[in-house]
Amino acid sequence: MFDLDTWQEIWLTITRNKSRSLLTAFGVFWGVFMLVVMAGFGVGIRHGIMDGVEHFEANSAFFFTDATSEPYKGFQRGRTWNMTMSDYEAIKHQYADRIKYMSGIMFGERGGSTNNVVRLDKFGSFSVMGFSPDYNRINPSRILQGRFINDIDVREYRKVCVIGKRVVNDLYGPNEEVIGSLIRVNGIYYTVVGVCEAVSKNINVFGDPEELVNLPFTTLQRAQNEGDKVHSIALAAKQSVNIADLEEEVKMFLKKRNSIAPTDPKAVGSFNAKKIFDLFQALIIGINALIWIVGLGTLLAGVVGVSNIMLVTVRERTQEIGVRRALGASPFTILKQIMSESLVLTFLAGIFGIVLGVGVLAVVSQIMAANPSENMPLSNPQISFGIAIAALLVIVVAGLFAGWLPSKRALQIKAIDALRDE
Amino acid sequence: MIHLENIHKTYYAGSPLHVLKGVDLDVADGDFVSIMGASGSGKSTLLNIVGILDNYDEGNYYLDGRLIKDLTETQSAKVRNEMIGFVFQSFNLINFKTALENVALPLYYRGVSRKKRNAIALDYLDRLGLKDWADHLPSEMSGGQKQRVAIARSIIAKPRLILADEPTGALDSTTSQEVMDILRQVNREEGITMLIVTHAREVAEQTNKIVNFKDGLISSIEDIKQL
Repeated sequence: MFDLDTWQEIWLTITRNKSRSLLTAFGVFWGVFMLVVMAGFGVGIRHGIMDGVEHFEANSAFFFTDATSEPYKGFQRGRTWNMTMSDYEAIKHQYADRIKYMSGIMFGERGGSTNNVVRLDKFGSFSVMGFSPDYNRINPSRILQGRFINDIDVREYRKVCVIGKRVVNDLYGPNEEVIGSLIRVNGIYYTVVGVCEAVSKNINVFGDPEELVNLPFTTLQRAQNEGDKVHSIALAAKQSVNIADLEEEVKMFLKKRNSIAPTDPKAVGSFNAKKIFDLFQALIIGINALIWIVGLGTLLAGVVGVSNIMLVTVRERTQEIGVRRALGASPFTILKQIMSESLVLTFLAGIFGIVLGVGVLAVVSQIMAANPSENMPLSNPQISFGIAIAALLVIVVAGLFAGWLPSKRALQIKAIDALRDE
Repeated sequence: MIHLENIHKTYYAGSPLHVLKGVDLDVADGDFVSIMGASGSGKSTLLNIVGILDNYDEGNYYLDGRLIKDLTETQSAKVRNEMIGFVFQSFNLINFKTALENVALPLYYRGVSRKKRNAIALDYLDRLGLKDWADHLPSEMSGGQKQRVAIARSIIAKPRLILADEPTGALDSTTSQEVMDILRQVNREEGITMLIVTHAREVAEQTNKIVNFKDGLISSIEDIKQL
């Protein structure tokens, strides 16, 4: 049915009517091109937002304290309180079956304008934080040298630190050994055991990890004379646990242990990373939905355009089709020809649109890779093979759709119309 | 070859127009017949019916002994392809195809391979003196050349019958004569039956028989002795 000859006839008809064919194909080309480019940017936006973020333990929550806002058990409102090591251990024990990782967090003094971190003749002003080993699993940094804080550091109040790579940059020369060296942080000397860099540029809970001095949180408690106070607690729940439920339970547990009114909205603060992640996800899904709606809309407009032009050309081709009929073309042959023309045109235009779209995305990728910008929520725009195949399927369906009406119209042309057309 | 019995045809465009009012006509195999008549006398309608381009309301039409009535589009396309060649006043060549491709088109619809049909088409063009014009588009040719291409196209599928609607209507007298000579030659050499609609007396007189049409009926048939 579809032999080489048929295709040659179709190809001849398309190529001998170049401007008509180009006009017809342009709509589909443009629609597919836009679809591909926009889908690529959608992927780029997802990369841009989610790059590295996926390493963050999404099913996690952070707890911190504030002054009470309700009087309770003889305490006045406005009482300041702190979580303690016993709260920390109690939570760890109480929710052991649901907690995956848990970290105590201490905020160290930051010199402000004074340079609180000193090594030999070099110094700088950096944030100081105390963590448990698990913290690097909840909000990971990449360890470039050495190690992160470990359990023994925490248990034995070791004076060790893990420093961000920008701290290294400021305090060390190019070839100086970092691991094992001593730096003075807020007046106390610590041995550097590790260097880290940020995995994600888009999510920082306690500032940029590259400008941070990480200490064991127990060491920082002692260094700052804070007894067994714990400034903040981070915990990541196991996969099956609903973090929002756990978050509420832990808050109630803390209130109960610290004589805080159960209804107090302010005394125990928390935030839940999952909420933020869900928001990100919803945002990305929303953007992608928008992209596909607009892209498919453009493509549909292109298809309607093709159909429209084909419809007009069928009228224009009355004589040609009439002559073909008079010479013995059956209605089915004509139908086949018009449909095939439409299909071939949309298919070629579509392939061209995909290729050019992918090309544009590649160029944008290159340009962006050459000019990295921290604030651009876009990275590595590209489309997956799946999207390309989906686009191709859409095109084929579009081609059939676009050819349908014109070929119906062409079928109505009788050979006699060619004779009348004088 | 052609046997018409009491053919009636009415067009319903606005008010009904009774174009053919019971036409009886016989055309023998190998005959060369012209139909003459004033505009609107129904001669072109009759040609369309004979060419199965149009249907008729009443009567019977036999083509080579076969009743042509209520054929589907596909059937009539097949009969046209196998039995009938057409020559039109306005040539009706496909403007984006070369002379060769135009001539070869009926064979394409008959399923002849490209190489073979192009060879045959070139042969026919050669016979009509257009071999050098095979690769030209219709827009690059004169009226007489175009009509010769159309004639080549009409005879390439070796039809039994050629229907020509005003074949010389768009040509000057010299070219008209050339075209008529070709048609007569085809009639004589190939034995193809010819039916020509014309309103030019000098064209009609070159056929074997003139059928005069008036108001949807045959008014008279003249036999012409060709020398």
